[in-house]
Amino acid sequence: MKVRIKFAKCGAMVFIGHLDMMRYFQKAMRRAGIDISYSQGFNPHQIMSFAAPLGVGLCSNGEYMDIQVESATTSEQMRQALNAVMVEGVEVLSVKRLPDDAQNAMASVAAAGYTVRFREGHEPPFDVREAFEAFREKQQILITKKTKKGEKELDIAPSIYEMRLTDDGIYLLVDASSAGNIKPGLVIQALYEQNQTQLGEFDLLITREDTYVAREEDGKVVYLPLDAIGEDI
Amino acid sequence: MRKLALSDEILLKIDKPARYIGGEVNSVMKDNEDVDIRFCMCFPDVYEIGMSHLGIQILYDMLNRLEGVWCERVYSPWMDLDPIMRKERIPLFALESQEPIKSFDFIGITLQYEMCYTNILQVLDLGQIPLHASERSEEDPIIIGGGPCSYNPEPIAEFFDLFYIGEGEKQYENLLKLYRKCRSEGASRSEFLKQAGCLPGIYCPQFYEVTYKEDGTIGDFVPTVPGMPQTILKEIEMDVTNTYYPKKPVVPFIKVTQDRVVLEIQRGCIRGCRFCQAGQLYRPVRERDVEMLKEYAVDMLKNTGHEEISLSSLSSSDYSHLPELIDFLIDECNKKKINISLPSLRIDAFSLDVMSKVQDVRKSSLTFAPEAGTQRLRNVINKGLTEEVILNGAREAFRGGWSRVKLYFMLGLPTETEQDMRGIAELSNEIAKVYYDTVPKEERKGKVQIVTSTSFFIPKPFTPFQWARMCTKEEFIEKAYVVKSAILEQLNQKSIKYNWHEADVSVLEGVLARGDRRVAGVIERAYRKGCMFDSWSEYFHNDRWLDSFAECGVDIDFYTTRERGLDEVFPWDFIDCGVTKDFLKREWKNAHEESVTPNCKMNCQGCGAARFGGGICFEKRDG
Repeated sequence: MKVRIKFAKCGAMVFIGHLDMMRYFQKAMRRAGIDISYSQGFNPHQIMSFAAPLGVGLCSNGEYMDIQVESATTSEQMRQALNAVMVEGVEVLSVKRLPDDAQNAMASVAAAGYTVRFREGHEPPFDVREAFEAFREKQQILITKKTKKGEKELDIAPSIYEMRLTDDGIYLLVDASSAGNIKPGLVIQALYEQNQTQLGEFDLLITREDTYVAREEDGKVVYLPLDAIGEDI
Repeated sequence: MRKLALSDEILLKIDKPARYIGGEVNSVMKDNEDVDIRFCMCFPDVYEIGMSHLGIQILYDMLNRLEGVWCERVYSPWMDLDPIMRKERIPLFALESQEPIKSFDFIGITLQYEMCYTNILQVLDLGQIPLHASERSEEDPIIIGGGPCSYNPEPIAEFFDLFYIGEGEKQYENLLKLYRKCRSEGASRSEFLKQAGCLPGIYCPQFYEVTYKEDGTIGDFVPTVPGMPQTILKEIEMDVTNTYYPKKPVVPFIKVTQDRVVLEIQRGCIRGCRFCQAGQLYRPVRERDVEMLKEYAVDMLKNTGHEEISLSSLSSSDYSHLPELIDFLIDECNKKKINISLPSLRIDAFSLDVMSKVQDVRKSSLTFAPEAGTQRLRNVINKGLTEEVILNGAREAFRGGWSRVKLYFMLGLPTETEQDMRGIAELSNEIAKVYYDTVPKEERKGKVQIVTSTSFFIPKPFTPFQWARMCTKEEFIEKAYVVKSAILEQLNQKSIKYNWHEADVSVLEGVLARGDRRVAGVIERAYRKGCMFDSWSEYFHNDRWLDSFAECGVDIDFYTTRERGLDEVFPWDFIDCGVTKDFLKREWKNAHEESVTPNCKMNCQGCGAARFGGGICFEKRDG
């Protein structure tokens, strides 16, 4: 049975990198007594895959991983069993069964939503509200991206699906697919550059709010959280 | 949510920030309101090394079980964070509470190897705690050292308020009770230390004075305060089954050196190799009950989620219930898809069978530690491993599919001749020959791989070789060349790879291991010159150390190459580890006579450790 787990990561845990989070969850599965499936071979490993790696330093309210299990209790019991063995800063939000033909988490990721806040004392030197309105109107947002072969100019406007001011920051819904992933910092960097300002390395506090799959409904693309396609056990 | 001591900006700039944030699975948080003693355990090396140490896990668990006591952890900040903390004046903090260690009551520093001595100073310095015990005020924590190097604490004595000699399970509770009592009576730091120095196993160096003879050796070592004991007898846990052992060890987020459940199956060693300090310090041999070990294995795996378990002890093959324990673990771990990492076992039919069950034979290698190249020298060091046993073991293993062998030897052992050095090459060659004689051509997958490694012999306190002279760096290097060229002369030289240790680190380790109080100034000076993480070759600066010795007027040769007379008073003679000096002298004589002493299961040697009223040799005599 394929199971999709949604979790949040915050506090000191933002300093734990992606590979260490995988190790963390492998151990957590054993502690929680989840009947996870193992691969065959001399060194069996747990069948587990993560949706979209989260950079070090970022919080998230919507991380996903898929696991395969031999047997399951109920969604609620599994969620509680996992939360009983979590550390401060990681919380399992949902456990859902996936249809057998579901795409794996990583392949199905289309977009991610982020809230970007400015670190205390690192607020931009320009009026964000004003600058943001002008920024939003732009048809083209060019950034220079460093690649192996040097620098490349790139238009990120088509990759920004939604962009709005919130009470304490900026909400961005951007492409997070493996082919066209956009880091939220890039968008803000473009905003800064438009205002002839340089974005500092530690100016932003970024929270990934959720990770989404894309669905066509009535000829329109809608973005649904990754666990929307699963159901409770 | 805990507030971290380091800013996000710093944590995002340095390598592996997880070293400094605490909060790991099974780490212990307590409410400060319920706590009146704050204890911080320190391993003065980087997190990944320190977190792999069993001793701290045992004491951390034990102290946190005590009411009113909160034990936390601290490790050496790595070389990327160290300069930032100095520049920004950030006081070194404990991982759990993230509070400065200078506000703690105790800092317990484990002394596992001499090459971490400069890191003790780093921890104190970054902690904003005066380096010398004599400079500390009523507000500063009590700095207490323990672990194997505390059996010769003298080179670092001036940096410590107390040393705990022996196994930690016994006296900490009493020490903390005394601390509480002294504090409630308003007693001074000095008064507390005086009383602590009278507890069993506790050594308070500031209340002792050393005088030296004209030749530089020790004349007298005497207490300066009435009531201080003349000798300190080590503390030992005789019942290793009904004692503290952590069922919920802390599980690090990042990969550490020992990333697995560690089950200590016994303490001590019956073998009596004459170069081995651990073999003498931890006498007598005490085995844990096999049922207890099974229970702990299951619980620890469950509580940590680790995917691997390993057994820990000296000479694990000597544990009486090893087959039963391993059968149990294989069964249990197969069900749960957990790996068993075997300790180095004596290679025989049993261990080969076990190894073939728990690891991929093609990928794993066999390990032999003959330590010396000829039978004569193996008799000198009392290593009861014969060439016949090694070759038979290798033959069995090659038949079982193994084709990789690791061999460990020492260079510079007492009475060593060129023949002994050449013997290392010849034995390596013989093993290769056994492979080609045993495995038919069509079954071979390439060459047999023999990796021969030599380390340099360092005479350690409380061993029969404590009187021995240690080689100079030049002598060591020459010996390594003799082995290297002898290997090149062998028929199977293409199957043998030879590695040897750095010689200058070994010489320094020799000074720090057998040094006295006069060496402390050198350690401090080397630290001031930037020496830290001396056990990491990329950070070891021999030139800075040599300058420090010269500037302090301390002669390296006095501590290393000088052969010591049988009547010399050693800096560590005031410590009684259970084994008597007479026994060590007897063994030193036996070594020169190339005479082998049987192990403790065969015959009691009268080493003195039976006085603790237990252990394998005692029980045997008893029954």
